[in-house]
Amino acid sequence: MAISSNTTPPPTRGWYKRNEIAITPWLFLAPGVLFFFVYVIAPIYQSFSLSLYDWNGLGDIATNGTYVGMENYNKLFGLNGERADRNFQISLWNNLKWLLLYLLAIPGGLFIALFLNQTVRGIRIYKSLFFFPFVISQVVVGLVFSWFYLPNDGLFSIMLSWVGLEIRGGVLGNPTAATYGIIAAGLWPQTAYCMILYLTGLNSVDPEQVEAARLDGAKGRKMLWYVIIPQLKPATFIAFVVTIIGALRSFDLVSIMTGGGPFGSTRVLSFYVFEKSLSERGLQYGYAAAIAVVLFMIMLVFISYFLWSMYQDEKEAR
Amino acid sequence: MFPTPIQKTSRGVQVGYQSLLPFALVLWLLPLIAVMIFSIKPDVDFTSGNYWGIPSSFEGFNNYGRVFFDSDMPRYLWNSVLITVPTVIGTVALACMTGFALGVYKFKGNLLIFFMFIAGNFVPFQILMVPVRDLTVDMGLYNTKTGLVLFHIAFQTGFATLFMRNFIRALPFPLIEAARVEGVAEWRIFLFVVLPLMKPAIAAMAVLIFTFIWNDYFWAVVLTQGPESQPVTAGITSFNAQYRAAYHLMSAGSIVAALPPVAMFFLMQKHFIAGLTLGAVK
Repeated sequence: MAISSNTTPPPTRGWYKRNEIAITPWLFLAPGVLFFFVYVIAPIYQSFSLSLYDWNGLGDIATNGTYVGMENYNKLFGLNGERADRNFQISLWNNLKWLLLYLLAIPGGLFIALFLNQTVRGIRIYKSLFFFPFVISQVVVGLVFSWFYLPNDGLFSIMLSWVGLEIRGGVLGNPTAATYGIIAAGLWPQTAYCMILYLTGLNSVDPEQVEAARLDGAKGRKMLWYVIIPQLKPATFIAFVVTIIGALRSFDLVSIMTGGGPFGSTRVLSFYVFEKSLSERGLQYGYAAAIAVVLFMIMLVFISYFLWSMYQDEKEAR
Repeated sequence: MFPTPIQKTSRGVQVGYQSLLPFALVLWLLPLIAVMIFSIKPDVDFTSGNYWGIPSSFEGFNNYGRVFFDSDMPRYLWNSVLITVPTVIGTVALACMTGFALGVYKFKGNLLIFFMFIAGNFVPFQILMVPVRDLTVDMGLYNTKTGLVLFHIAFQTGFATLFMRNFIRALPFPLIEAARVEGVAEWRIFLFVVLPLMKPAIAAMAVLIFTFIWNDYFWAVVLTQGPESQPVTAGITSFNAQYRAAYHLMSAGSIVAALPPVAMFFLMQKHFIAGLTLGAVK
């Protein structure tokens, strides 16, 4: 690649030498951008166009697929005389639950970070052990929580029975409770992630400001709200970004813990896309792509916000 | 420092805090402690309903022995290694280059390409799923580790570029200018000036990507099937079908599968956290 400056014959070398600073970045970018384009950017475009077809995934879309225009979207939203897809509505609704409840990881993480932000013996070990859940695969987290939620024999059911409560069918067998059960499992590693962000943030809080506020009589909750949290803004921003993405990517846990059940009540968009295409109940690739596009559009709202914030920072840095 | 250092409080509060710590930790890690105990229990404990009590006998060697010698777990683990390590190497290599290009040079489209990497990194996997699967099938790489590795490298390059670029931006620029004045070729500046300074960033990226890829489940399911190429995350669930209610074996399998990223985290803690908390401090 850039080595060509040594091996190419002298005349070209002169041209390269003269334009070296203009050309080098493109040479360095080429492999990364090419990879990223083929595997990430182009597929987004392809999914958009796929969502306008009816295709069972066999053969080539050009020969075996039928162009249906907006038909898949009409079916999803119940427009143009179609009946709205009930399962899609459930998925959308569950995604909203995920988004809102997942945000609890942010105050939860802050709480644990404040609890651990001390300098006693062994605190470093405590901090890293509290972070543990994030390092473990979601598959393992899902398995463990599904045992925890087992009807009758699960620890959660046993604990509920102490206070005289019972969830019919166990948490994951109960259509009303199941999604909340999965979200709770997801919150465990996510809270750990937010905690580590805040621990790092707290480390860099300006001690002089804290002392000054203390002299002014601020303490406890007031100090936290008016002095500490504003200084933690960058950490909160990152925590927000990763939590939103985590909430919308909730595939692994749903697939491991319930497989979308009971009665399809725990489906989320990411899972529904998979179900409609690659699972044995699926093979409606165009339809699945339309669901993926909806999920993408939801994410795009957040992505635009993230990029806008980062752009503001970039402008400041210039 | 906030909250008030515990050393400045009364003796009672200090003792209270010190004793609350281990208690809170056990509560927090209860699910993990449960799997550990599950993994040394005999099968009878589960059939007799003794899920959460004290194991009636110690079967740790037995259970882990079966996981290692009597199941496909070793193959799945080895697949995970063969998927994760090339991905880490490939991603770090690509991202060092893209990060260098975006961090050092001013040119039209710089910020645009940078934002393309960031935005791409945030997209839901499902919008890529069908096209990436088709592409992989067309290249004859479906159900191969190579197919999985290629995709992972491409996708992770987005995140890694963000990290590398910001890291390079924070390096002292006069160093590069000095080298230019000396007449050093640009690619030599990359290799001999910038790259040596990037060691901490490379370490951070390597551990993070290792963990992400090791724990990946979705793409493993989409692009591979069966023990000849699936990684361990997908392997555990097939274990699940093989021994329907064999909680003791699944627990042992889960622990084995979780160990490599856990070990990585403990060995490289500083780098790991530096990578994860990028941008959390200004």
